[in-house]
Amino acid sequence: MNPTQIQVQAVNKIFKTGGKEVVALRDINLDIPEGQFVCLLGPSGCGKSTLLNAVAGFALPSTGAITVNGATVVGPGPDRGMVFQEYALFPWMTVEQNIGFGLEIKGMDKADIHKRVGDLLGMLGLSDFRQRFPKDLSGGMRQRVAIARVLALDSPIMLMDEPFGALDALTRRNLQDELLRIWAELKKTIIFVTHSIEEAIYLADRIVVMTYRPGTVKRDILVDLPRLRDPSSAPFNALKRELGQMVMEEQQRHHNDELKMAAVD
Amino acid sequence: MNKINWRATASGLIVPITVIALWQLVCVLGWVSPLKLPSPLAVAQRWLQYLSPVEAYAPESGSWMAWAVSGELIRDAMGSMYRVVIGFLIGGGLALPIGILMGANQRIYDKMYILVQVLRPIPPSAYTPLAMLWFGLGNPPAVFMISIAAFFPVLINTIVGVRQVDSIYLRAARNLGASQSTLFLRVMLPAATPYILAGVRIAIGAAFMIVIVSELIAVPDGLGFRINEAREYSWTDKVMAGMFTIGLIGLALDIGMNKLNNYLLRWHRGLES
Repeated sequence: MNPTQIQVQAVNKIFKTGGKEVVALRDINLDIPEGQFVCLLGPSGCGKSTLLNAVAGFALPSTGAITVNGATVVGPGPDRGMVFQEYALFPWMTVEQNIGFGLEIKGMDKADIHKRVGDLLGMLGLSDFRQRFPKDLSGGMRQRVAIARVLALDSPIMLMDEPFGALDALTRRNLQDELLRIWAELKKTIIFVTHSIEEAIYLADRIVVMTYRPGTVKRDILVDLPRLRDPSSAPFNALKRELGQMVMEEQQRHHNDELKMAAVD
Repeated sequence: MNKINWRATASGLIVPITVIALWQLVCVLGWVSPLKLPSPLAVAQRWLQYLSPVEAYAPESGSWMAWAVSGELIRDAMGSMYRVVIGFLIGGGLALPIGILMGANQRIYDKMYILVQVLRPIPPSAYTPLAMLWFGLGNPPAVFMISIAAFFPVLINTIVGVRQVDSIYLRAARNLGASQSTLFLRVMLPAATPYILAGVRIAIGAAFMIVIVSELIAVPDGLGFRINEAREYSWTDKVMAGMFTIGLIGLALDIGMNKLNNYLLRWHRGLES
């Protein structure tokens, strides 16, 4: 196995809201080797996005530490490219400018940016959209641009926060396949947050199932089905059933909590 | 968009033409004295006279173009526009960076808030005595007052615009390695542009109001000066010709602002240019 690249050590994250403390993450420990495709799976409120944001450096842990290649994460940086569910493309920039923005910040010269952006547009099937603004693109196309924007920086790690959650099922499958192709080609380490069991099994080398509040690691399993995986195959469905049960337990706790809170209100 | 919609233009002209016709009728019937309300024809005549060059064209004295724009109206309009433009550039130019800083940084906002809220409600025309004491006569006091008039609308809208910038853009930019100055210039500023342009629009309106007031202070030209001068001579038709000119310039500026809006916000959802 490849050497460990991302290390999450005894991470706790506590939010204070209205005088009340909510433990979002409790005692999370994860070692993620280079090139692994990890899915964080769980219902809303399980802290999977909180954990991803901590790795991204947007919201640091309350206690514990996250290191990337041995260096502690203290803030966001281009070595950990983030793809958001809401795309987060800059609407005032064209597709080309969006993808080239990170390179421009890096100080790369215009001609090189132009070439690199051109390559990425080709890779993601976006060449015809170079001069378009995000408002003219469909959700799937926007997410392709967002992925290209992160790939432009050639960061070794990609963090993806339910990136395909807002897309229709067909576009979603399309982008999943695309992502797998890119991942196989570029050998990135990917942490991918999802609440879709099928998506997790389809994509991941490893699935980390998280519990609802406080967020802890419920199960950490390796998926050794051969790729490309067939969602209708027996082993796929067996795994789906097993994970489904675990996730539904947590979903039930989430639901009960919501009912309790509604009763208090 | 580039093709003029004649039908809409024609239907838009129905009301103004009716108003002018009624006005002319009232004057022809002699219901009001021409001193109080000159007829539209008299105003139009006066306007053309005001527009035309004072002296006959003399080829040896210079180019035809220079002669064509040597009329009083053109000089007045240019004089007023000059004050508006300079005042607007100073006021808006100061408001923009201050607004970005106040919008982006809560501590700066808290420190500036009381000062801004106390100064903002003071009408720029109330600065007239101070403007004269500080800047004397001529253009400087007028430009000063116009700057004040332009400053606050741009400031307030920039603050609001920057505050409403979706934090996801800031997160995405920081993730790509953006520095603080890149965040200001490449993310907050463009994201706040719709609000800033709305502020600019209000500021231009306010600047125009104040230029007329400020020209009552010892400047030798300008539309405000000319209207006041005409009042002293009881040339009501010229007063109205001057007012009409301000209206036309306002319309032209509005069309220009619309074009600028459409260009700068061509990325914005719901705007098709």
